[in-house]
Amino acid sequence: MKKRRLFETAMHGLFLLLGLIAVGFVLLITVYLIVSGIPAIRRIGLIRFLFGTKWASTAAEPSFGILPFILTSVYGTAGAVLIGVPIGFLTAVYLSKVANAKVRAIMENAVSLLAGIPSVVYGLVGMLVLVPGIRKLFGVPDGSSLLAAIIVLSVMILPSIIKVSMAALDAVPKEYEDASLALGATPIETYFRVSVPAAKSGIAAAVVLGVGRAIGEAMAVMMVSGNVPNMPSMFESVRFLTTAVASEMAYSSGLQQQALFSIALVLFLFIMLINACLNFFLKRNKEG
Amino acid sequence: MEHSSFSTRRRLRIGLLRALMGVATALTAALVLFLIVYVLTKGLANITWELLSTKPSYLRNRIGILPDILNTLYVIVATLAIVLPLGVGAAIYLTEYASNKKLVAVIEYAAETLSGIPSIIYGLVGMLCFCQFFGLQTSLLAGSLTLVIVNLPTIMRTVQESLKTVPQSYREGAFGLGAGKWRVIRTVVLPGCVDGVITGCILSIGRILGESAALLFTAGFAHALNGFFEGLKSAGSTLTVALYMYAKVQGEFDVAFAIAAILMLLTILINTTATLVARYFRRNKQL
Repeated sequence: MKKRRLFETAMHGLFLLLGLIAVGFVLLITVYLIVSGIPAIRRIGLIRFLFGTKWASTAAEPSFGILPFILTSVYGTAGAVLIGVPIGFLTAVYLSKVANAKVRAIMENAVSLLAGIPSVVYGLVGMLVLVPGIRKLFGVPDGSSLLAAIIVLSVMILPSIIKVSMAALDAVPKEYEDASLALGATPIETYFRVSVPAAKSGIAAAVVLGVGRAIGEAMAVMMVSGNVPNMPSMFESVRFLTTAVASEMAYSSGLQQQALFSIALVLFLFIMLINACLNFFLKRNKEG
Repeated sequence: MEHSSFSTRRRLRIGLLRALMGVATALTAALVLFLIVYVLTKGLANITWELLSTKPSYLRNRIGILPDILNTLYVIVATLAIVLPLGVGAAIYLTEYASNKKLVAVIEYAAETLSGIPSIIYGLVGMLCFCQFFGLQTSLLAGSLTLVIVNLPTIMRTVQESLKTVPQSYREGAFGLGAGKWRVIRTVVLPGCVDGVITGCILSIGRILGESAALLFTAGFAHALNGFFEGLKSAGSTLTVALYMYAKVQGEFDVAFAIAAILMLLTILINTTATLVARYFRRNKQL
């Protein structure tokens, strides 16, 4: 009997350990990023690192200012949200409220596929369709630009926005809509004046999720944005926080490599902030 | 007219909203269709038997993606072999053992945080931790271990969800017959989470197949032909990383599109399987 109790306690301990592994991984990532990201920031100086406008990591007198990357990431994400959110939101309302079951089923599969396509495939199509297209359409010397990245990102965030918004819209109680219809509002008015406001926390969560996806995407953006550390401008080659880490990691060393870890730390802080927002909206969605 | 008694402004607004919704949905559908058709038409023609069955050779001026296909398989097998016990164990702890609500909240928050972290950060930490600290060098094993962290939340969530559908009365019945906690888990709970494990595996395979940023600096980009265990110890590129290298670095767009077409077909296959499996399990649960 005592042996059996000991065994049960051991199993309990083992499962507790397995349960805590996710927490362990988060701590591992946080600690690694902080420990490896702080030294370079200390040597360069926080202000000069964050607000320096010149990145020349391999120059004779290297300069490590990441403001171009931060602004590019912010502008790129904002642009993707500006294009992706209206399209995704309107599609979600249509699929959740208007579409018949068959259209809805087909489109749900299509959206899942969009979510499953590897980012390098988006990058490849962007490289060969968008980049030459932008070059011809706007008459710029090189189509690899912030605009190309924004378009690719807006496509890549569509599935998250559509799926999460749809889930929120589906969960709106039927009574709300019935009441509005009984008062004489048309179906379309009901969807936009009653259902959408009732689902607003969920839709906000969808947007935040899209922001997280956009700011964290590396490979697709790397293939279409040209990767030159310019200050952001629509038709110029730019470098994002993610691609700044990826593009120099292979051959970097010393302070240059440490600076890359610092960039990753900055990106991580952005992501944690976005996660906190996401949780806030998800919680409110559950309560309200 | 449907709303003939409405004011012009009201009618206009309704019509406009309806049109906008239609346009947005059509745009999304067209986008998906375009991507599938474009990638397949550009890629399928370039898939040859030689491409699929050989490794690249500079001497014969030939590109083959067999090593990349094998590497992808190795990474999938190794990652699942490690992440399944961890994820299932974590899910069992959360649904069967945990009584402290705060601890459960912390674990679930951690899992959510993990699923929000971008893959480039996983790649960086994987490189620092597995390749350098644990001395695995750039290898498929280091890449797989990195992907274990990436996929843990997925497995945890799907298994947890399936465990919630195991009726409480089954557990009580087993306890009533004098079974210990572990015996209940082994004989009643574990068989009930098979559907969660399978769904989790399919989702994870999809994620591993599409992953590139997390693998670039952990698994590397060699194209050597290796067996499973030798392969795990050496660097190698998966299909996605190979696509990136061929397109961005070497400018071999034909090969890149061939790989893209393969990836597209596999993505469609995985999505269809996931839908069918979900339907199958739902029907079985209802009976």
